[in-house]
Formats: sequence, C-alpha cells, structure tokens
Amino acid sequence: MIKMIIAVLAYLILAPVVGGVLAGLDRIISARMQRKVGPPLFQPFYDVLKLMEKERITVNNAMDFYVGCFFLFVIVTGCFFFAGMDLLLVIFTLTLASVFLIVAAFSTGSAYPQLGAERELLQMMAYEPMVLITAVGFYLFNGSFNVSSIVNGSVLADGNVHMAFPYMIGIFVGFLYILTIKFRKSPFDLSMSHHAHQELVAGLKTEFSGKTLALVEIAHWYENVFLLGFVFLFFANGTILGYVIGIVACLITYFFETFIDNNFARMKWNVAINTAWVVALIGMVNIIVLYYL
Amino acid sequence: MSTIFILIAFAFVVAVALLVLKADAARDILVKASALIIAVLSIWLAVDFFGSGEDQWVYAMEGTHTLISNAMLVIETVLSVIVIYLGIKYKKYLASVFALIQAPTMIWFELTKGHHIHVANNIVIDRLSVIMILIVGIVGSLITVYATAYMKDFQHHFHGPDRRPFFFFLMFIFLSAMFGLVVSNNIVWMFFFWEITTLCSFFLIGYTKTEEAINNSFRQLILNLIGGLSFVVGILTLGIFYETLELSTLIAYGTAGMGALVVIPTIFLVIAGMTKAAQMPFHSWLLGAMVAPTPTSALLHSSTMVKAGVFLIIKLAPCLGMNMAGMMTMLVGGITFLLASFAAISQSNGKRLLAFSTIANLGLIVICGGIGTEAAVWAGIMLIIFHSITKSLMFLCVGTTEHQIGSRDIEDMDAMFAKLPRLATFMMVGIIGMFCAPMGMLVSKWAAMTAMIDSGNFILVAIICFGSAATAFYWTKWLGKLSAIVPGRENIEKNVPKEETLVHSMLVLMAIAVCLVFPLVSKAIVIPYISAIFGTSAVAALSSNNMIIMCIMLAVVLILVLLFYGKTNKKVVDIYMAGANMGDNLTYMGSMQTPMEQNLRNWYMESYFGEKKMDLIGVFATTAIICTVVAIAVGTILGVGGGF
Repeated sequence: MIKMIIAVLAYLILAPVVGGVLAGLDRIISARMQRKVGPPLFQPFYDVLKLMEKERITVNNAMDFYVGCFFLFVIVTGCFFFAGMDLLLVIFTLTLASVFLIVAAFSTGSAYPQLGAERELLQMMAYEPMVLITAVGFYLFNGSFNVSSIVNGSVLADGNVHMAFPYMIGIFVGFLYILTIKFRKSPFDLSMSHHAHQELVAGLKTEFSGKTLALVEIAHWYENVFLLGFVFLFFANGTILGYVIGIVACLITYFFETFIDNNFARMKWNVAINTAWVVALIGMVNIIVLYYL
Repeated sequence: MSTIFILIAFAFVVAVALLVLKADAARDILVKASALIIAVLSIWLAVDFFGSGEDQWVYAMEGTHTLISNAMLVIETVLSVIVIYLGIKYKKYLASVFALIQAPTMIWFELTKGHHIHVANNIVIDRLSVIMILIVGIVGSLITVYATAYMKDFQHHFHGPDRRPFFFFLMFIFLSAMFGLVVSNNIVWMFFFWEITTLCSFFLIGYTKTEEAINNSFRQLILNLIGGLSFVVGILTLGIFYETLELSTLIAYGTAGMGALVVIPTIFLVIAGMTKAAQMPFHSWLLGAMVAPTPTSALLHSSTMVKAGVFLIIKLAPCLGMNMAGMMTMLVGGITFLLASFAAISQSNGKRLLAFSTIANLGLIVICGGIGTEAAVWAGIMLIIFHSITKSLMFLCVGTTEHQIGSRDIEDMDAMFAKLPRLATFMMVGIIGMFCAPMGMLVSKWAAMTAMIDSGNFILVAIICFGSAATAFYWTKWLGKLSAIVPGRENIEKNVPKEETLVHSMLVLMAIAVCLVFPLVSKAIVIPYISAIFGTSAVAALSSNNMIIMCIMLAVVLILVLLFYGKTNKKVVDIYMAGANMGDNLTYMGSMQTPMEQNLRNWYMESYFGEKKMDLIGVFATTAIICTVVAIAVGTILGVGGGF
C-alpha cells in the first residue's frame, strides 16, 4: 500500500518534470537532426509558464470544463497505471480522457478544432485495437491484468521469471507503431501538431489559449510518461537489471519516435487507419502464440 | 395467486380496455395509471421474491395445466389462420407457408406426444426472470407513458385513420406476453408467448399501413417465423428424444457438464433466440422496424422483443460453451457485433445508428451466452440491464428530437445544445452510457472482454478489440455533434410535452443510479443467480475494486459537472474562422468579400464501413455457419430417429 502511494506521488510530481525535459530533448535532437541549434532544454517549461500569463479568454463557457476533465483523467489514468492497477481500467480511463478532449474541441463550434477532433477520433479508432491487444498480451503472458504483477515478470513453464520482451515482440513492434500516433508525431500528427506545416492551423487545439492550452501541454507530458511506462513493462522482470533495461528501452523508444518524426512527412488519414489495423492484426498473431505458450 | 399472474392478467385486461376506449383523455389516464400499477407490481414482486431469499419460486399448476395448454393451442391456431390470411391478402406467401408448416406441426405434436410428457413445473420464477420483469415492468411502462404524448403528435402529422386504440392494445399485450415469456418453464408455453410477441411486433411495425411499413412488417414476420419454426424443431427434438418439455431439465444437462448431449435442441432454440435478437443473417427486420412510430422502436429495442431472444440464449448458457451450439452462438454473435459496429459508423440517420448499435450490443450478449461460463453470463446479464435503460433513453430522445427539429438525421442535430439544451444533455448522458467509462455498458463490456479472453477463443479477442474501437468512434462523433455550442439559436424546449420530459428524466436518473449501485446488483442478484444455476460459488467477472473505482469515477464526473459545468469568468471571444468572423460565429468574410457560411459534416467512411458491404459479408458468413450447424443437427436427428 505504501509502495503504491509513493509510486503515485512520484508520478504526480516527477511525470511533468520528466515529460517536460523529454519534450525539451525532443526539440534539441530534432534541431540537431536539421543542423540547427535548437532551444534550451527547459524551453517547454518556459512556454507553459508564458501561456499561464496570457489574457484570460475563451470562446464559450463549456470548453474549459471539458479540457479540465481531460487534464484530470489523463492524470488519473497515469495514477492507476503507476499504482499497479488493472491495465484495462487504465485504457478505459484514458479513453474517457480522450473523449473529453474531443468533446472540448467539438464544443467550440469552430471549424478547425472540429476537423481536428474528427481526425483525433479516427486516430483513436486506429490505435485502440492495438492498445487493447497489448493489454491482452500482457494478461496472457503474466496471468494478470494488474501492472503490479506484470512489472515483476512472469514465470514460464521452465520455472524461471521472464520479461515479456522476446515473447511479445510482435506486440511490442505493434505498440511502437501506434505510439507514433499517440505521441502525435509525424507521419501521424493528423489532429494537431507543433509544427508550422499544419494545414488545420493548430487542429484540435486551435481555440485553446492561455491556461487552457497550458493544461493540454502538461497533460501531454503526463500522458507521454505513462505511455513510456507501457514500453517499460515489456522489459521489467522484477530485477534491477530489468529496470535498467526498461529505462534504456524507453529512452531509445523516445529517440526513435523523434527520429521518425523528423524523417517523415505527414501522411493521409487512410494510411494511419489502414496500417495501424494491419499492425494490430500482426499483434493478434502474437496473441495466438501466447495462447499456446 | 402470485403477483406474476396478476401482472400478466392485468396487462391483458388493460390492453382489451384500451382497444375499446376511443377518447384521448380517458386513454391517457388509463395508460398512465396502468403503467404506474404495472411498475409498482413489478417492484413489489421483486421485493417479495428477494425478500424470500429463495433461489426460485415454482408453480406446478397441475390442475390447470391441460386447460391452459389447450387454450394456448387454440389461440395459436387462430393466430396462424390470421397470419395465413394476411400473407395471402398482401401477397406475402412465404409468411403463409411458414405458418402453414408451423401450426399443424405443433397441433400434431401437442395431441400425440406433448400430452403424454409430464411437466413438473410449468412456471418458474428465478432471479433472471425477476430482472426481466423489472425491465419490462419499469422501462416498458415508461415507454407506454411516453407514447401517450408522442402518439398525439404523431397522429397530428399523420394523415390516416386514427388507429391508436389498436396501438396501445398491442403495447400492453406485448408487456403481458413478455411477463409470461420470462417465467415460462414449460417450453411450449414459452413458445406461445414467443409467437405473441412476434405478432405484436408485426402489427406495431405495420401500424401506418404504408407500403414500406407493410413490407417491413412482413419481413419481420417472415424472419421471426423462421425462428418460430426453429423453436418448434427445438420443442419436437426435446420432447421426442428427451421426453421433457421443461427448460429447467434442459439446463440441468448443461450444468451437469453434459451440454453436448442436448446439443440438438439447444441449437434450434438458440437459432430461434438469434432471430428474435436480430443477429445476422436475420438482422434486417430490426432495421426495417424503424418505419414504426418511435415508441415501438424503443419497446422492441430495449425492454421487449429482442431482449426475449437474448434472455433465452443467456438462459441456455450452461448448455453452450465448447460444443457445436456454443461455437455457433459465439461466432454468429461475434460477427454480428463486429460488422454491426462497423456499419453504425456509416449511418447518419439517428434511428438507424441506434438500430445497428442495438444489433451490435445484442451480438455481445449472444457471445456471452455462447461462451457459457459464469463470468460470461455475469457480463451478459449486466449488458441486458444497462442496455435496456440506456437504449430506451436514446430512442425516446431521438423521437422527441424528430418531432421538435423535424429530422432524425444526426447532421441536423447541430446546435441542439442551443435549441434543446435539456434534451441534448439527456442524449449526451445516454451516449456516454452506451460506450464510455465509467458507465454501465462499458463495465459490462469489460467483463465480457475478460470472459472472451479466458474462453481461449482468439477470434473473439480480435473481434472485441476492433469492435470496441469502432463503437467508440461512432458514439463520440455523435456526442461531439450534440455538444457543439452555437450561439443565437432560439430555445424551443417549451414545446416538448411534459410526459416526454418526465420519461426522459426518469430514464436518465435510472441510467445513472443503476451505474452507481451495480456492484450491489451484482452481489445481491446476479451472483446468487449464477451460483444457483451453475451450482458453484460464482464470483463477479470484475474484481470488486474495479467495480468500486468505476462507481467513484462516475460520482466524481457527476460532481464536477454539477460544480463547474458552464461556469467561466473568462472573457468570451469569437471563434477563429480563417476569414474575418462576422460576429455570429457562423459566417466569415470570404476572399471575394462575400459572407461565407461555415458548414461542417461528420465522417461516415462509407468506403470502409458501408452498410451494404457489411451486410453482404455478415449475412454470407453467418448463414454459412448456421447452415452448417443445422445440417449436422438434421443429419444427427435423421440418423438417431430413423425409426419414428
């Protein structure tokens, strides 16, 4: 119980710091890949602080409420995860959070956010099967949906504790693929993007400003850390070595996503759903393997 | 005399009274009073039953058995004659043919075999029956109350003879038959009520007597007569080969682990259930039923008709599982769930979207029945409860919307939040209730999912993963459409009849309340039911931790809405429109210096999820599965029963 509370508190306090630093690193690495210098490491924090001081405006009286709920439930999702609870509970709570964000965009009655919201919905439909398959995979491998159990590794027929990685490699690759969508990176940054090549202005978040926009940013830091937690689970086997491998894997994954982001132009929405569902089917093949493991 | 007989008789008497009562005011009062009485009686029955602490109440009815059976046979024969006549009159000969096969077979069976088979208990009330009685008695009655106001509006727009007495007669007969159906242990009695519900739906769908209505009503009739025929074969095989007509005996084989022994009658009964539950390839009747006035749709979709189908399948669950009947049930339900969820994406007609969602959700319940484990049955029963309440809410909201804005198209529901804020809020609760955490449907879907994974059937795992993604997509885009805030629209809420608002509000309250207390419902009703049926000490498919977390989340969302929704101290500014906003958030100055109106449409992804494509694949696949299984069953019957 105490371990659980510490994990949740650590997540609440450290996740935005780690997430912000990762965002800063992302920008520096991206800049270097383009032979530029890039902003200071802490630039994402400066941006958010500046947003906090902007003029307090909104387009209606409901939007901020929905964004606030999005923020809250993203954090709750991460708390469930780091408290070691049921993976499906985590996924369903994340869906609730996403629904709040989408409804917030729809509620503006404005064209760009609504288009962004439709695309966000499409992205949700694209990645959801693979996310669920990942949870099912962990369950079949470990015998429990609980993160607290999965993180200690799983005992296989040989009586030894194993990490999920080589056994769930198909699911891992599939998860990496949809992580690009979840991180809102090119080629699948359809619904909103930091970059200037966005034809939808700022997409889903066009009407968000000031503190509201800052909340969305911080929520994304929380979300990114929790998503990397999923990557970590593939390598955790309860030992220190497993933890180290897991953290290294998270960092490599993050670098890899940045690399992809910088090397691909945005693709059409059809590509996102077609490929993500094909990848999910490959994940399903891995599931069948796990059934007979 | 138990309350259940009073319920059946009372609904019947009210129905007859409504048939002769022509005055609007009198009808209103009678319907409302009867609805209240039926609801109270249902609750009274439930309190009485749960208070007794018994697993079931049985009624042998030795004395009246022959009399009732004969009366039912006579009524059935009369109804068959009516069907044959109507089939010929409207040139739908297939209906006549089916009735012509069915009626003599049943008469032959009853007179030669049926009378010799001893039936120990004709009527059995167990916890599942009581749940169904509550659903029919409360949700069903609310729909009749709604119908009093709705049908007045409807008659106002409809230029035809006023057949409302007949309409309300059918509605109450429907309720009466449903009460009978869910407590019948004698399968011949159940068949009687089964056929009554088929006929009631037939007349309700054909209510307007337009060409479309007549065609669709006959489609419903023909498809459900196929189911009826299958039911008859089920009765025949059960009676002839197993010398019993009791559902409890059939189920006892299943719980003793001998489901495979009774697989033949189970197959035919399940197929009958699937026609009623609008599973592919029979699903088209439910889509056709949309021509009827909205209360009909609400009744068919939520508390009666289709629920009779899944009720039978869930009841038979112990006999299903890893045998031929179970595999067929899982696959047909699975294909239906997946493809109906996909097809729902391509629908912009609100009622059709709801119909596809009903078909999909029923598919999910059918899968649960097919898996046949304790956990799956738990999920199935929970789905039945939540779906009844939420789906009736959605239908009745769309019905009111149609009367107020003149369209049931989702694209016309722009700015609903400005025109009809209360109704839009109700619909948003309904939509969240249909697919999203922390509401009931999601909770039960979650349980269904774990049951599917544990069943070891990886096809089902794939189906639920992809199906859930599609479900979230089509509901959220509707939710978004409703939530859009467009200024400068007139509030027309005052035009909504107060009966309609009352029924909406009660359903909303029930939807939320049931989600808040469902761990209790699980503990007090569903778990004991499963334990009694399977003879094991069952546990809920979800850990109590997860259930409580869901309840807390719901409470948190409710509190947040009440505290913070719609309150802002920020300056409200115009939206960004890429051209100069003309100040109304709807038009902007275009590049040619002309005002341009902004107009947004949802995604329907016709090329991916077009209804025709889904229909074709689904009907083909499920027909192949059902035909294969039926062929094997018929072969087995002919092999075994060659001598009779």
